[in-house]
Amino acid sequence: MAKRTIPEVNAGSMADIAFLLLIFFLVTTTIETDAGLDRKLPPNEPPEDNVVIKEKNIFTVVVNKNNQLLVEDQLTELKDLRAAAVAFLDNGGGVGDEACNWCQGARDPESSDNPDKAIISLQNDRETSYSTYIAVQNELVAAYNELRNRESNKIFNMDFTEMDRLYKDPKTDSALKDDLRPKIERIQKMFPQKLSEAEPKSN
Amino acid sequence: MSKFTKKKSGELPPVSTASLPDIVFMLLFFFMTVTVMKDSSLLVQNELPFADQIQKLDKKDRVIYIYAGKPSERYQSTYGTSAKIQLNDKLVDVSAVAPYILQERSKKRQELQDLLTTALKVDADTNMGLISDIKQELRKVNALKINYTTRQGDSFRNLQ
Repeated sequence: MAKRTIPEVNAGSMADIAFLLLIFFLVTTTIETDAGLDRKLPPNEPPEDNVVIKEKNIFTVVVNKNNQLLVEDQLTELKDLRAAAVAFLDNGGGVGDEACNWCQGARDPESSDNPDKAIISLQNDRETSYSTYIAVQNELVAAYNELRNRESNKIFNMDFTEMDRLYKDPKTDSALKDDLRPKIERIQKMFPQKLSEAEPKSN
Repeated sequence: MSKFTKKKSGELPPVSTASLPDIVFMLLFFFMTVTVMKDSSLLVQNELPFADQIQKLDKKDRVIYIYAGKPSERYQSTYGTSAKIQLNDKLVDVSAVAPYILQERSKKRQELQDLLTTALKVDADTNMGLISDIKQELRKVNALKINYTTRQGDSFRNLQ
């Protein structure tokens, strides 16, 4: 029998098929927003008794149902909140054991002793809108990040937020992570995030 | 002399389309790899607020999602216009949050169970009362790591 040559398959329609698939994936793709503000809730335990916190170490932020801010008993605009929080955390008014030698604030004896003692207390109404709440949270986190970045740049020549991002990134190799962990812990110890949220008032 | 003069044909040679499939395949593979299939369709309005001090969320298998907001327009006739919580594909009451978290947690692998984060995808136009109720429920089941999922942007845009 004569040897028959196999005819070549026409690949001209391959582009059409690929286009079809391409359009399907184009349409179904949703780029997800997978980032946000990380927070930690307090555990559901009865609070410890006889913890005395001095009034001057508490920075109160109250948001009412009309989304207005009351910071340390004064009506404040959101844009001034960050600076006020930084000034409070960075005050370092303590003396002796409670002194804070890395603080650059006004050292006002009427404000916080040191960042470890400074507590920001946030209270909102049940009718406060979520977007305002997020904006306030964002400003308070920004205040912490600003101070942490300042110290981190002084000691390690690197932003704290950058170190934290690298540390949390699953692609970072473990050697670098081991190197970063003590650095991050050191900065976190200098400016611990103490943000307490009171249960919302219902009225 | 006529030997060296090239014959000029007036027509342009056709552009080869042989590499077209390759280009299309390249695009195809790109979209195939970045595509994330939605696992639940939204029943609530979900216009997230803006923030700029954000951290990236953990890997997807360590996250439990809770959606909240006003029901979408087509569901408003059935569910009303007050803000609701969506878990998986159902609109539920606040009391269903705690059992849902426990159930989702038991589905995950043992070593991941302590690392779970709860992502709250809440519409910007929601009252804090609902969110506080969710947070109280989460505290009951010890799901303390939460993430307020937001869009990247200046937080002052929230106030407009």
